[in-house]
Order: sequence, then structure tokens, then C-alpha cells
Amino acid sequence: MSKNRIQLMLCGGTGCHSTGSKKFEKALQQELEAKGLAEEIKIVETGCNGFCAVGPVMLVQPEGIFYQKLKVEDVPYLVEEHFLKGRPVKKFFFVEQKNKATIPHMNDIPFFSNQVYRAMRNKGVIDPEVIDEYIAREGYFGAAKALNEMTPEQVVEQIKISQLRGRGGAGFPTGMKWAFAAASPGEEKYVLCNADEGDPGAFMDRSILESDPHAVLEGMIIAARAINARQGYIYCRTEYQLAIRRLDIAIRQAKEYGLLGENILGSGFSFNIDIYQGAGAFVCGEETALMRSIEGKRGMPRPRPPFPAHKGLWDKPTILNNVETLANIPQIIIKGGAWYASIGTEKSKGTKVFALSGDVNNIGLVEVPMGLPIRKLIYDIGGGIPGGKKFKAVQLGGPSGGCIPEHKLDTPIDYEEITKVGAIMGSGGAIVMDENTCMVDMARFFMDFIQDESCGKCTPCREGTRRMLELLEKICHGEGQDGDIQSLEALAEVIGQSALCGLGQTAANPVLSTLRFFREEYETHIKEKVCPAKRCVALLKFEVNPEMCKKCGLCFKACPSEAIAWKKKEVAVIDKSKCVKCMSCFDKCKFDAIF
Amino acid sequence: MEITETVSIHIDGKPYQAQTGRNLLEACLALGFDVPHFCWHPALGSVGACRQCAVKRFRDENDQGGEIIMACMTPVTPGLRISIHDPEVLRFRAAVIEWLMINHPHDCPVCDEGGECHLQDMTVMTGHTRREYRFRKRTHRNQYLGPFIHHEMNRCIQCYRCVRFYRNIAGGRDLNVFGAHDHVYFGRHQDGVLESEFSGNLVEICPTGTFTDKTQKAHNTRIWDLQTAPSICVHCGLGCNTLPGERYGQLRRVRNRYHHEINGYFLCDRGRFGYEFVNSDKRLRTPLYRPERNIAQREMRLEELFQQAVLRLKNPGTIMGIGSPRASLEANYALRSLVGPENFYAGVTADEHALLELARTILTQGPARAVSVQEAARSDAVLVLGEDLTQTAPLLALALGGLGYQKAVAQARKVQLPAWDDAAVRQFGQEAKPALFIATPQPTRLDQAARTCVRAAPHEIAALGLAVQAELSKDSAAAPEAPEALAPDIAQALAKSERPLIVTGTSLGSPAMVQAAADIARALCRLGKSVGLICCVPECNSMGLALLQAKNLSAAFQKASEGRVDTVIVLENDLYRRAPAQAVDAFLQKAGAVMVLDHLRTPTSLKADMVIPVATFAQTSGTLVNNEGRAQRFHAVFPADETIPEAFRLLVELKQAAFGQGRPHLRPVLEDQRLELSRAFPVFSGLAEPLPSLAQPAPGGKVPRQSMGYSGRTAIHAAVSVHEPKPPHDPDAPLAFSMEGYEGQPPPELITHYHAPGWNSVQALLKYQSIAGGPLKGGSYGRRLFLQAPAAQSDFFEKLPPAIDLKAAERLLVPLHHLFGSEELSMAAPAVAQLAPLPYLALNPEDPLAEEGREVLLTVAEQTLCLKVKVMPGLCRGVAGLPMGLAGIPVVALPAQVVLTKGDAT
Repeated sequence: MSKNRIQLMLCGGTGCHSTGSKKFEKALQQELEAKGLAEEIKIVETGCNGFCAVGPVMLVQPEGIFYQKLKVEDVPYLVEEHFLKGRPVKKFFFVEQKNKATIPHMNDIPFFSNQVYRAMRNKGVIDPEVIDEYIAREGYFGAAKALNEMTPEQVVEQIKISQLRGRGGAGFPTGMKWAFAAASPGEEKYVLCNADEGDPGAFMDRSILESDPHAVLEGMIIAARAINARQGYIYCRTEYQLAIRRLDIAIRQAKEYGLLGENILGSGFSFNIDIYQGAGAFVCGEETALMRSIEGKRGMPRPRPPFPAHKGLWDKPTILNNVETLANIPQIIIKGGAWYASIGTEKSKGTKVFALSGDVNNIGLVEVPMGLPIRKLIYDIGGGIPGGKKFKAVQLGGPSGGCIPEHKLDTPIDYEEITKVGAIMGSGGAIVMDENTCMVDMARFFMDFIQDESCGKCTPCREGTRRMLELLEKICHGEGQDGDIQSLEALAEVIGQSALCGLGQTAANPVLSTLRFFREEYETHIKEKVCPAKRCVALLKFEVNPEMCKKCGLCFKACPSEAIAWKKKEVAVIDKSKCVKCMSCFDKCKFDAIF
Repeated sequence: MEITETVSIHIDGKPYQAQTGRNLLEACLALGFDVPHFCWHPALGSVGACRQCAVKRFRDENDQGGEIIMACMTPVTPGLRISIHDPEVLRFRAAVIEWLMINHPHDCPVCDEGGECHLQDMTVMTGHTRREYRFRKRTHRNQYLGPFIHHEMNRCIQCYRCVRFYRNIAGGRDLNVFGAHDHVYFGRHQDGVLESEFSGNLVEICPTGTFTDKTQKAHNTRIWDLQTAPSICVHCGLGCNTLPGERYGQLRRVRNRYHHEINGYFLCDRGRFGYEFVNSDKRLRTPLYRPERNIAQREMRLEELFQQAVLRLKNPGTIMGIGSPRASLEANYALRSLVGPENFYAGVTADEHALLELARTILTQGPARAVSVQEAARSDAVLVLGEDLTQTAPLLALALGGLGYQKAVAQARKVQLPAWDDAAVRQFGQEAKPALFIATPQPTRLDQAARTCVRAAPHEIAALGLAVQAELSKDSAAAPEAPEALAPDIAQALAKSERPLIVTGTSLGSPAMVQAAADIARALCRLGKSVGLICCVPECNSMGLALLQAKNLSAAFQKASEGRVDTVIVLENDLYRRAPAQAVDAFLQKAGAVMVLDHLRTPTSLKADMVIPVATFAQTSGTLVNNEGRAQRFHAVFPADETIPEAFRLLVELKQAAFGQGRPHLRPVLEDQRLELSRAFPVFSGLAEPLPSLAQPAPGGKVPRQSMGYSGRTAIHAAVSVHEPKPPHDPDAPLAFSMEGYEGQPPPELITHYHAPGWNSVQALLKYQSIAGGPLKGGSYGRRLFLQAPAAQSDFFEKLPPAIDLKAAERLLVPLHHLFGSEELSMAAPAVAQLAPLPYLALNPEDPLAEEGREVLLTVAEQTLCLKVKVMPGLCRGVAGLPMGLAGIPVVALPAQVVLTKGDAT
């Protein structure tokens, strides 16, 4: 390996790919070659760095300079200034929203400095397609230890001590799950990795797989050792093509190095991993449905017992863990369960990865210690709400979760505490919403998702969610009636009591949680036919309030259908016959003059 | 076997006794509570999908809140406290049915399910009366599913029963669930005929009108207007119980009649849809007569023809009677009495006769017990020798198809998983392959359920059977060389099992094979096993006819050829389906006069001098003996027409008129025939005892054949007479052609329809059982004529079949059977005929002549046939398969060695 003066850790996650990192990389490489720098400066395509909002991002090592929002046309200037003349380019530095200060070093940026990396310890640091880089970071040390120095019982014991809980959402103690499967009699057992991430707004698993696939493989090897399995499957949704490609490479490399396959590291233990691509049905993230899907059957949940730890995939003892859970395993084995349990709250130990999105400045992937108040997650790491708008709520836990409003923001990140306020920890989706978000519309969105993804097996989920969606749609269309809220509540109660699987039982949560904190918004929609957040198009009049109009003409310029008449120093007038209700004028008007 | 105990549970504060090992829904239903449900079915178990059977469970007597649970997913445990009528759970159940009804089209007036609809019943039961839904209903496209099943997807409530039956029970692959969320669709991947031979059961399994009986739909009738009576299927030898329904003198449909030991909840499609021969325009409706051979038959009034017949019978000379395996015992016996025992011949060929005699001997003399279909379903190791069961004894195939599930149940029990927890047991036992071994020349539909299949010619199958027997009885002398290396495996599985079963039959025409089957059973008996034996027979009364111990048809031909026959009476039999045409021609030519009594116009009836149309099973009563030796009675569904007499009565009347015997001027009754029969044959002695129902007429009169809702009673005959006629008298059954009569639950064998207050659908059957899926209240019925096999140490047959040496161009021609096509009567039902294949010759793909559609010539029994080749992968090598009974396929004795040559056309 040649030594390089500078390594450029260019983010190669799906987020940065979509903002042009591939083109940038090509241009940068050409420029470096043109300038004769290719020998001394190496571009490393890493997995997801996490700070997706400002992509493409690049970290210049060893200086630790962090560049954001890079463009192909900036390449010559950047190379000239920084890599030839040694002057870091200020215009690509991160700018803090509050006081507009530029921050050159990654570790000084609050988004990064407030995080604690465990599951994501290799993100942005290694090339996920090169196994040596993973090994250089203590990679496969945990597997080696588990295989050669520990008994399966000791492995399970360490996981129990760590108090690691399932990061897929339910928070079941991982150690217990493994202990059950280890105790189940049988020659054939399976280790499954659930990478069927389906929650809207969630991309934790994808990012981990893209940035550190070996950590997940190593976690599975250790799990296999613990329960004595010979075969593992990673159930990954087929949309995650980059993650699948990198997993494929990782599995191949691990096999070449003798870290997967027969007689791993000379321990006599053999284990193989295959990838199973799921077609993207939300319900296939449910464990029994996921197993049926791998079996080649229609992915539908079934009642338990038998539990998968006794009769899982192909009716053999099986453990299913989420990507993030497995990524935590190697470090627990290396450093011990007590190390992992050293941070966190009483019942929730370690860290949790969140996919921060929505109306927040620093959209991206973050890992924080358990016990951190949600407020810090949103304001310190997330950088607050853009445009100086007011925070309204944060949605945690995807379609099974709920909203946390302003006055509950000091709730610590902890499985039990979050449940108390009507949301769930979930797999880590955190959608921040500002004052312009209509909570009825938000509930409708989630209900639309959940009803579309219902497998259709049990009546409450199949029919009940449809009824709820219809009611919500009517309310958003201004056709709500007295009693609709009661109907929604009654439906939600029955569905919660009676659906067959967890997805159905929690399907009504977004509605229940918004009703709990934002009931008046529902009532305004129904009684006054008004959407306070001005998001429900059907409830808007598309008229200009002359008293509030500042006659600036922004709406006139924004209108794509020439429906707005405006002259200087005159109030704008909207011609409803031409208006296509695209909301462009609403978004442009800074004075709230359109209603 | 599962150990159950009776425990005390509390329902709505009152103590009740319930059985463990059952789920709470079954327990509540058995206790008489009306708990609504959809996805659970006694034959399918629980999956917890519909959420309709919710009840409330309390931790203890102090628990006021309780939690809502699904009764079908909750085991009965001691001290369980539940409420069925708690207001909260009532509201809950109403909410579920409201959801289910939202997209339902409410087209009950035009729905064939209307009036016997589980969805209607459950809607009323839950109290959902007010519809508040104000949005659009979702709709679906319907599919063409073939001539049997009508598809109306909009009526579906997504209970998943159809796919669970079709795929899990019937082993079908072409019906599935598609789509997701509230657009779940149950159908095929594209329009087309349903492949399963049991598709008709969808009609009864479906709790709505999504899958309905297309033949019934064509008849356009309301179900409460049907007149129904307990009947027995006439389309194969298993004796499944049916409930045919009639309106305006037409049979309009056939439904399953639950028999705990035979057909259970299901029928095959031939049994369900073959009934239309009764309505066929191929039916003989008027008597025909010709005074001389060379003139055409002409119509004649029945009374006149009767006189002609009497005159003919009074002539001196021999009268010969040819019986029939598809006519009742009583009709056959009446013919035997008329012509005298020495002149009565069974209407089957020497070969078939010998096979049936062999089956009779084995089953009556032991050593193995003849077992019922449902007992077969509980076997734990089964060897099938030679029978393609799906085609020749379909319900037995259905039962054996469930052996894998039975095995899974047994395994699941070890980890405390109850048998009713269908989804869990299926998940648990998905790898369980039962010890089912099938040896046939051709691939069969049951193969997919088998552990091992052997493809072999009939004589090789017999040799395999002997090898198994030799393996089982190691001390047995002269063990033949095993033609298949599998014999030890099979023998080991049978020897290890607790309830072994050997299945064989007559369809391959190989006595050696049947003997080998008996030898295996005998060897197992000697090992102290309680072994069952099933010998499939071709027709509904083949076994009954065999028990009458008549001579065979060939003997009749022989006698006629000696010129000593004056008159031949052929009872419900087409001789051209029994023997080669030249032989039948010669026979009929020789006979002085030929009288044919039958339902349909047949080649035999066309050659007869006197043709008297007789009533089908739907319009007469009688007794049939099935393959296990069970005598079962069928009853007239509707009265016989004036011009179409009942065969047994006509024969007795002929005897009275011609010979002045019997009780002249009294209308002959069935019971007298049965009495005489029991005196003549010890094996029928049980029939002398009047059936319990006859001995003790149901209080309140006879059991009505018509439902409480029967309409048009006063107007139905208005075209004939405006006076309401008195209901016809039925001297032969404790049933009335009326809606009046006994109002309670009749004795089990006299159930004419399933109904209980609030339960109008077939699910009302629950109320006739002491526990769902159990025997009918009142016990089993149908008399087993030879129940206990004597424990005699009978000797082995050990007759190795002669080896067959095939020459270069020769193939061994074996018979193939088709559920749709090989049976005579059902082929007069248009829906069944539509699915019958065209004549073909089946060849193995490696056969030099195997080219799909190529014409080949073969000469067999002095006839040359030209047939198109059908390439049949898996067919035993060196074998050619000839589909039996299809139009254009002559009667030949098989197996036979034949030479195949290319036809001229290719």
C-alpha cells in the first residue's frame, strides 16, 4: 500500500450519490491526475457519512477539514487552493445556521461532536469495499475472540450483560433471544439479519450496510457461534442496490479471507451468509412474515407460538436481528458487555441511531447515547428548525410510532420513556415537523402508508385501516362530519386490540398520537373547514388578504399558471378559474397573506 | 393420540364443562353458544385471520376489565373465565362484521348463496344492522374458473378459507391469494378451469357467494325451494353421502352430506356435478317396443308394454336376468327373484367379476380389516398398489393427501402445539413427509403428498408387493427377487407404524396385485399389527353385486350361444361398456327378446325389443354397498314419474303379474325385498333389521324433505290442477314429500338439510354434531356387512404373476382412468363431459413413437385402433396407457401386450 499525503474521504452513500458525488469524484480524480497529485492524494469512497443534508460531503484527512455541498465546477479551484497551495477553502466549510459562523473541522461541527459512535464507528472512515480497512479498525477481532476464546454460553452471557435491546423497534433483549435459540434443540439453526427497512423516513440500516457491511457480517458470525447456526440470511429490500452490492463484495472478501465459510479462522466452526432480496413489502419486516418470504411463500405474519427461536425459518430454531443490533455486536465482544452498558439509562443501554429528517436543518444519520433528551437531538445535533419557523412535533417510530410535541421534548431517548408519551423508539426514523405541518394530513399520510402495506390477512388491519384512511381523507377534503373523531377513536381502539400482528396492532398509533396532542386541529378541519397549517389544499380558498398583503409580487412571479394579477404597489388578485392549486404562491408569500 | 380431559370453565359467570385439546371457539359452539366466526372451519382449523370470534377473557373472578381474545386461538384450560355477551366484546364483533360488510355488494336477491349464507347468518348474529359507510366500495373483476365454479369476487370477505382448503387440503396449486391490503384477490393467475378435482368444495367452504355452484346457477333456484333427501353418490365405489336438491322435477344441485367415517365435509367434483345425467336429454322418457327384430322401436304406453312383457314372460323358456353394479341391491335382487337364481348373472365381465370376487373374499375372510376413508386418513404408513386414487376413488386420495398434516400434528403435539392451531402446525411440520408409498404405472395427482413413488407395470407392482411381504415375514419361504430395491424401505415403514394401511383396487385389472396387497396385510397381521386394507371397486354397487354371488357376463354369453335363452332382461346396464361389441351383438342376436330397463339411451337399449325407462337414484330408494362392505340407503329426492317406474317395483310387479307370486295387488315395498334378501344371503342378515328410524318413526310424523321456507306449495302444480294435491306417499322411507312433519333434529341418516335457529348455511351442521368435526349426534350409520376380520391364520396367496416378455415393437397396454370421462353416468352431465379428454394413447417420453399428437395404430382383441399419442412424462417404460370409458375407446381386456405402429397420417 502506497503512502499518501492526503486521503480524501468522499462520501459514497446513496444520499451523496444522489447529490452528485460520483461525478464529483470523477472530476476530482481527473484534476488530481492533471495536476500530478494522484500519487500523493488518494480519494477514498466511504459509506454514508451521515450528514446527508449538505452532500456531497468530503473529509480531508489527516487535517480533518470537512467540505460540504461540493460541485463538479468547484474542483479546479479546490485542488488549486487546498491541495497545491495548502489553503483550505472557506466557501465549502460548514456554516452554522444560528450565527452564520463557518466551522472548518468536522469534529467541531455540533452535528458530529454531539454524537457517540458505536454501531456507526466506521462510517466515513473506511472504504466499505475493502476488507483490509475494516480489519485495520479491529475488524473481525470480535469474531476471532468469540470463535477461539469463548464458548457459546460466554458469548450469550456478554450480550446479556450489555443489555443490548433489539434495535428494530420492539426492544426485545437480544441476549435473551439468543439464549432461547441456543437452548432450542436441533442440528440446523439459522441467523437472520433484518434489513427490510420499511418505515417512511428511515435509512439507518441502509446507511450502516453501505458504510460498514463487515460489521453486520461479523455480528452474524458471532450470533451463529452463540446459537450454533451454519447458515445465515440477510433479508434486504431490493431497492437497496448499493447496500446489496457492498454486502455482496463484503461476503466474497470475507470468504476469501477465511472469515466466512468452512472452518472459520481454523476454529472448526463453519458459517455461510446469503443475501435474500425482498420485494419491498412493509409487512415482510415482521419476523414471521420475513421468514415465510425467505421460504418462498407469501409474506404474511402468523400467530405465535411457536416462536422463531424454537421454530423459525423452515421450522428450525432461528434468530432474527436488525442491522443496527448486529453492528453493535463485535464491539461488545471485544470490549465486553459491561463496556456497552456503561452508557445509557437504567433499562436502555448503549446508543441509538436515528435518521433525522423533515423540517430540521441538519438532515442526516446520527448516533446518540441513550438518555439524551430529544430536544438535544433536534436542536444541538439537528441544528433546529430551518427558516426560523416554530417546532411543532417530531414523529418517532414510523407508522407504528407517534408524535412528540414541544412540551414533551425533554423526554429522554429511552424505550420506556418514549412509550409513555405515546410514541415508540422504533427503528430510528425521526421526522421533524414545523408549524407549517398539518397534523391531520400527517396522520393521513401514515395511514395511507399503513393501509397500502397491510398484508390483507386479518380483518382489522385490512378493512379497519382503510376505514380510518377514508375518514382522514374526507376530513382533509373538508368533508368531515361530527362524530368522525369518535369513529376514528373507536376504529383505532378495535384495531389495536384485535389485529393479528404488531404492525396491525400499532397501525392506528399516528392517529391516536396526533389526536392526543393536536385534537383541536382535527376539530378545526371538521367544524370550521379550515386547515390551520394551510396544507390541506381542499380547505384553502386561494384568495389574498388585502390587509396582510405587502404587494411584493412574489406570488405573481411564482405562479406557473398566470392566475395571479399583480401590479407594483397593488394587492395581488388570484383568478380562481386559472388557479391549479399548486401551492407555489403559499410557499413564496412571507406574510401569510394568502388563505 | 391426544389425551383430553373434561375441565370446568366459566362463561358469562356460569360454570360449564369443556374438553381440553380443543379451542375455545369449538368448546363454545359445542356448548350451544352462537359465537360468530369466519376463518375457522372444523376441517381447516384456526388461523386467527378474521378476528370475528372475539370473546373476553378474565384473569379471575375479581377481574372486571378483561381482555379481548380470539376464541379460535385460545386453548381450553381449566378455570378459564370468559364472556361472550360482554357489551364491549359485542361492540367489537359488530365492528368486525361491519368492516366485512363494507365492500360486500348486498346482492343477496341474485346470489345463489342467499338463504344459506354464513355471512348473512353471522351479520344477523352479531347485530350489525345499521350501515354507516359512506364511501365507494372496492370492486374486482371475476374470473372464468371452468364449468363447475362461478366466481363473484366482490362478495369476498377475505377469510382465506378457499385457498386454505384448495392448497392445504386438496393439494391444488392454481388457486391463490393475490394482491395485498384491501385489494386481496382470490383466484387463479389468469382465467381458466380450476385444476383440482375437489374444486366443488369451494362452494361449501366459502362462507359467502364468492364461489358458487355454476350448475345450480344455470338452474336458477332459491335454495329454500329445494326438496332434498339423504342420498348416496352413484359415481364411484366409495359411497360418499350426498344431499341432492330438486325443484320442478329437476335435480338442481348436489351438496355434501356429512358422514363422519366416509366423506366428512367434502365431495369430489364428479360426485358433486355428475348429477345432471338425471336431467339429461339423453334420458329415456317413454317406453319403447318393437314386435319384431327388423322394425324400428316405437313408443308405447307403459301399461301396454307391461302387458306385452308379462305375455313374453309367461312364454315357456328360459328368462335370463343381467344385473348391474350401478343398480341398487333391491333392484338386482328383484331381478334375481324374477328370473330365478340360476338365471341371474352379474353384469360384469369374467375378469372384473373375478377381481370383485377376490376383493370380496379378502375383505370377508380376512385377515385385514376393511377400513373407511376417514380411518385411512388416520393411518401412519400407507402403501398404494396400482390405484390412481384421484381418478378412481377421489375422496380416498383427498384423505391420504392429508397424511403429511397428520404427521405434523403428531410432531407438534410433542411440543404442546394443539392440532387445531393450523398455521402453527403447518409451519412446524412443513418438512414432514408421511410414510405414503405409491406404486402405479402412471404418475398420479397424489404423488406430491407421497414419500416415494414407484412407476411400474401391473405385474411388477404385484412383484413389489410380494417382495414387501417377503421382507415382512422373514421366515416366509421362497422370497421372490425384489423387482424394486424399495421393498425393504416400504416394509420397514409399515412394520414401524402403528396404523398401517394397504390400498389396492380393481382398476388395473391385476388379480396378482390385489393378492399381493392381501399378502402384505396378512404378513403385517402376523406381526401383530392392526392393519387396514382398502380395495377400491369401480362402481357404486360393485361390492353389493359381488355379494349376490351371481355368475359373470361371459357365462351368460356362453349360455346364450348354446341357444337356450328365450328372454333377456338387462337391468340398468349398458353391455357395450362391459364386453367387446361383437360378443354383445352375438349375445343380443341369440336372445329371443331383449328387455332393457335403464335411465339413459345406451347402445344396448337401441338394440332392445322392449325398453322401459326407470327412475334414477333421485326418484327411487334402495341400498348400495360400498367398497368397504358398508350397506347404505339412499332415498328418493322426489317422487317417481308415472311413466318412469322404479326398477325394483316394476320387477316385482312383473313377477306378480306373470307368475302370480308375492302379494298381488299390493304395491311392492322396498322393505319386503330387503327382508327376502336377508333370508337368502347370510351376509345381508343385518339388513333385515329395520333401520332404527323405521322402527321408531320420528315423533311428529315423517321427516320432511322440504324446508320450512319451501314456497309455492299451493301453486306449484297449478298448471296441472288448481287443487292442492295431497303429498305423494312414500312407502319406502320415513321421509315425506312435504314441508310438514317431524320438526326436531331427525336421526342422523335422515337429515334432509342442515338448519338450526340462526344457522341457515351448511355451517348449521355444527348443531348436528356433539363437537365440531365429530360424529353426528345419534351415532354412525350405514351397516358394515363384514366388520371384524376373522383372525384366522389364512395362507398367503404368494402367487407371483407370470413374467411378461415384451417383444421389440410391443408395449404393455394398461388402463388409465379419468375422473371426468371414465364413468358412464356422469358423462351425461354436460359440465363433467366438458372436462373429459379426447381419446388418446399415453406413451413414455422415451418411447420411440412418443411424439405429441402423432397417430399410432394398435390391434387389440381383434380391433384396430388409431389413436393420437399423448406424451406422459413419468409413465412407466414399456407401457402404453389407454384411457378407459372414453367415447371411441372400445372395451378390451387389459393389461394386454400390443404392437404399436405409426399411423398413416404421419
